[in-house]
Amino acid sequence: MPVDMMRAPPSELPITIEDVSVRSGGVTILESVSLALTPGTPTAVIGPNGSGKSSLLRLAMGLLSPTAGRIAWGGRTAPAAHRRAIMFQRPVMLRRSVAANIAFALRHGAAAPRDRGDRVAALLDLVGLTALAARPARRLSGGEQQRVALARALARDPEILFLDEPTANLDPAATKAVEDIIVRVAAGGVKIVLATHDLGEARRLAGEVVFMVRGRVCERGPAKSFFAAPATAEARAFLNGDLVI
Amino acid sequence: MVNPMQSGVSAFDLIIGGDPALYAIIGLSLTVSVSATLLAAAIGLPLGALLALVRFPSRAVVVVLLNAFMGLPPVVVGLAMYLLLSRSGPLGFLGLLFTPQAMILAQAVLVTPIIGALTRQTVEDLWVEYREEMTAMEVGPAGRVAALLWDARFSLMTTLLAGFGRAAAEVGAVMIVGGNIGGFTRTMTTAIALETSKGDLPLAIGLGLVLIALIVMVNAAAAAARRLGELHAG
Repeated sequence: MPVDMMRAPPSELPITIEDVSVRSGGVTILESVSLALTPGTPTAVIGPNGSGKSSLLRLAMGLLSPTAGRIAWGGRTAPAAHRRAIMFQRPVMLRRSVAANIAFALRHGAAAPRDRGDRVAALLDLVGLTALAARPARRLSGGEQQRVALARALARDPEILFLDEPTANLDPAATKAVEDIIVRVAAGGVKIVLATHDLGEARRLAGEVVFMVRGRVCERGPAKSFFAAPATAEARAFLNGDLVI
Repeated sequence: MVNPMQSGVSAFDLIIGGDPALYAIIGLSLTVSVSATLLAAAIGLPLGALLALVRFPSRAVVVVLLNAFMGLPPVVVGLAMYLLLSRSGPLGFLGLLFTPQAMILAQAVLVTPIIGALTRQTVEDLWVEYREEMTAMEVGPAGRVAALLWDARFSLMTTLLAGFGRAAAEVGAVMIVGGNIGGFTRTMTTAIALETSKGDLPLAIGLGLVLIALIVMVNAAAAAARRLGELHAG
């Protein structure tokens, strides 16, 4: 094996987004967004519905191409998404068992470990689904499916994990189960970027906040200061529970 | 006037009586149609899935043509195969004309567009659902085709049954390339056509009832397999 193949894969971080706009069919989805995602505490992307949170995640994941501006992953402009992973707001369960869903992600990830069986077992254990391993994934409850999706994303052994509304529509118990896993994953050194319109969740999980309105990054800063003293009128209104459009 | 009771009794007699000629005909019919369906599936499933995933100019034309070929007239396919396989035809050296192999090939030509077209639709619908997840998981083209075919397996079983039904029911193609040779290339459908023209209507109707019963049994077995599979893998 050539020497350079044996080196650790180059890092995806920081992800630098410079003056990026995304337009589709005459609609502006993101407008001159500049942002750097660096290793560290979880980043929460918050804002009203339609503010571009999901699009920002897709852009950083590499699923959405900028109409204007530049984006780079660890200084490279178009690397394969080997060490990035995303959990969509409504994850699609493959028509297979829980374990097979995770094995599928393992098989197609760059890591593609030899000891796939052990990895599946470890991931099932991490998300607390060992008892449901053989069940058809599509028959699980919403919270359980969310945890399968989380395990599937983690199977890629990501450096950065994007979570799009990871607990929307979940009851408090299921929300806690998912959030506990996120906290554990973040503690393990994986950079978490989560989009949420649940301010409580952002408070519980995030060290940093990116506040978006109408496709723009309106305000950005440490979570503590953002929640204690938002700088912009929009952020104050949003935190007050006023309707920000 | 044919008495349906009498036909039923005559079919019943044939089956219970263990008439070896009848069992040979049933066996050949099943062998030919099942083989043709499997051959058509081996081509139609990956082709349909590929067509669902790949975008190229004039793809719409290909899809329309494939859909149209579901309605290929069996006698025309039989005639084309006859010309190909006849001694002076381009494939004449194979010596396949008037053999069960020729019948399998002809039926496979009929069934492939059915399996291909229905697979294309099924996989395309599933792809809409899976596209983002598979892109994010970096699943390559071959992996996509395999995963989509596997995950659509229960819907595709109906597709295979549609193909088998077409093969088992057609008479034109097997008649022309098989020649309806008793004990060698005579199937249920060609036997029915022959008995009808000979005027042995009770036997023809009896054979018809047996054919329908066979098709129902194959479908029932497939339905049971599907139920069992869904229970375990939904």
